[in-house]
Amino acid sequence: MRQITTLVWIFALTICVSDPVRAKTLHVVASFSILADVVKQIGGSGVIVKGLVPPDGDPHQFEPSPDDARTLKEADIAFLSGEGLESWFQRLANASGYKGEAVVVSTGIDTISMEEDGKAVTDPHVWNSARNVIVWANNIEKALSAASPEDTAKFKSNAASYAKQLEQLDAYANVQIGAIPLGKRKVLTSHDAFGYFRRAYGVSFLSPIGLSTESEASAGDVAKLIDQIKKEGVKVYFIENSNDPRLIQQIAAATGAKPGGKLYVESLSTADGPAASYARLFRYNVDQITAAISK
Amino acid sequence: MEALLTMYDALFQPFVEYGFMRRALVASIAISLGSAPIGVLLMLRRMSLMGDAMSHAILPGAAIAFLLVGSLSPFAMGFGGLIAGLAVALLSGVVSRTTPLREDASFASFYLGSLALGVLIVSLRGSNIDLLHVLFGTILAVDSSALFLMGGIASISLATLAVIYRPLVVECFDPGFLRAVGERGAVFHFVFLFLVVINLVAGFQALGTLMAVGMMMLPAAIAQLWARSLPAMIVIAASSAALSGYLGLIASFHLRLASGPTIILIVSIIYVASLLAGPFGALRRFYARPHLAG
Repeated sequence: MRQITTLVWIFALTICVSDPVRAKTLHVVASFSILADVVKQIGGSGVIVKGLVPPDGDPHQFEPSPDDARTLKEADIAFLSGEGLESWFQRLANASGYKGEAVVVSTGIDTISMEEDGKAVTDPHVWNSARNVIVWANNIEKALSAASPEDTAKFKSNAASYAKQLEQLDAYANVQIGAIPLGKRKVLTSHDAFGYFRRAYGVSFLSPIGLSTESEASAGDVAKLIDQIKKEGVKVYFIENSNDPRLIQQIAAATGAKPGGKLYVESLSTADGPAASYARLFRYNVDQITAAISK
Repeated sequence: MEALLTMYDALFQPFVEYGFMRRALVASIAISLGSAPIGVLLMLRRMSLMGDAMSHAILPGAAIAFLLVGSLSPFAMGFGGLIAGLAVALLSGVVSRTTPLREDASFASFYLGSLALGVLIVSLRGSNIDLLHVLFGTILAVDSSALFLMGGIASISLATLAVIYRPLVVECFDPGFLRAVGERGAVFHFVFLFLVVINLVAGFQALGTLMAVGMMMLPAAIAQLWARSLPAMIVIAASSAALSGYLGLIASFHLRLASGPTIILIVSIIYVASLLAGPFGALRRFYARPHLAG
């Protein structure tokens, strides 16, 4: 981490020396829409943030355009969530000739490891617990301050007030979900993206596809899931905004689970949708889930 | 008795217990009945690779339909794919009859353009919300509307084939004769291309555009290694495809393998086995049995 910071420092200094006027606005790239929103909250007006995977896009699978490569090459900082989420990023960074380091914002989060097909993999969907996003906010603040030291005070106060907002979201989720008996907190989703939500707020999630949407389901897995749903009495299922809903609808039809609506799992909605920012996304998901399991 | 029960558990229980397994099985049987006979005729017409070309040509139509409707509706995407596939088939037919380009060459040119257009449309949208499933398909997610579509297409395909069977076969072997008796060969050719396209549209619902061709061409190749008469080939092709669908689903169930590729791999295994053991396979040529022996 120290090496990265030094690099960013050197980078920032060269910018300051060569072009003192441009140093005021930072051009920043974030790998996907949720992270882009959080960076915007902390950067404020002086930072121009471009998210690579657009709203409603799937951050596991992404086909970058030349425009994305150009944006990345010209960026002062690139932010990644990390932990295996953006498997496409390194290729894009190499291709675009981006010289800076990518800041992995999930550094320092107590991650969940899971057994998947005999291999231990880390669950990358850290943002589904609001507490983890506080870690993000601190990491982002540090990286931004290193790149633009004169704005440090502004970044710090933005990060502090955003962290307060995140704590409120976290408390909100605990209160809402805490009111529901433990035995009823069971939900079916299309892929396994709620590990941190489960740990933070005590809701169990079942899903036919593993951590990444890149894998394909086998008949055996689907059958096992149907049995498990019947046994545990899961009553509702959700579809995701960035995923194919057909398989989950088939499973729901086989088990009698009712549709609970849509969850915004790994990307924001478009600006006119119900989850245009991380805060709204989180609140929306909590409301959807509580409404569904309290029935 | 116990062994019998275990066998029953392994081979039939999954289909008795799970609706999605039954639907997947019916879907693969429907695809087998429709696609495999078409594959045999394609092979006889020396157009084996055309199925492949066609399956790529379908992509832009399916993509445009997806963008217009906004959901993975089997009918909308099937219809879009049908239009795109027919456009490519007609255009290459016209080009090959009016220019020095042969049909395979014009097919290659049009399908590449069509494929590029499809990929472009997919990426324009920015979000690649599992349009990859158009390429790879999900046989486990086949619902009743997709099943009706596949069953309907298989029925139309078989009925049409029964009607145009004779002229089509004659056109395969002796186009000059067909013209001499006053029939228009081109009409049958286009009807046949129409059948190719609708069968690929049915196949991509379940197996994706990449694998749908597998259910068309591999069974046809298997049939050629076992039989010499056309009706026998068609029966062998359709039944080996259906058998692969069944075995593939069973394997995917017990061994936890992705279903679509497993099915195609089983057809490939049958193909390799036929290469070795079939009466017209490779081994028979090297180890020809003497006449009247044993």
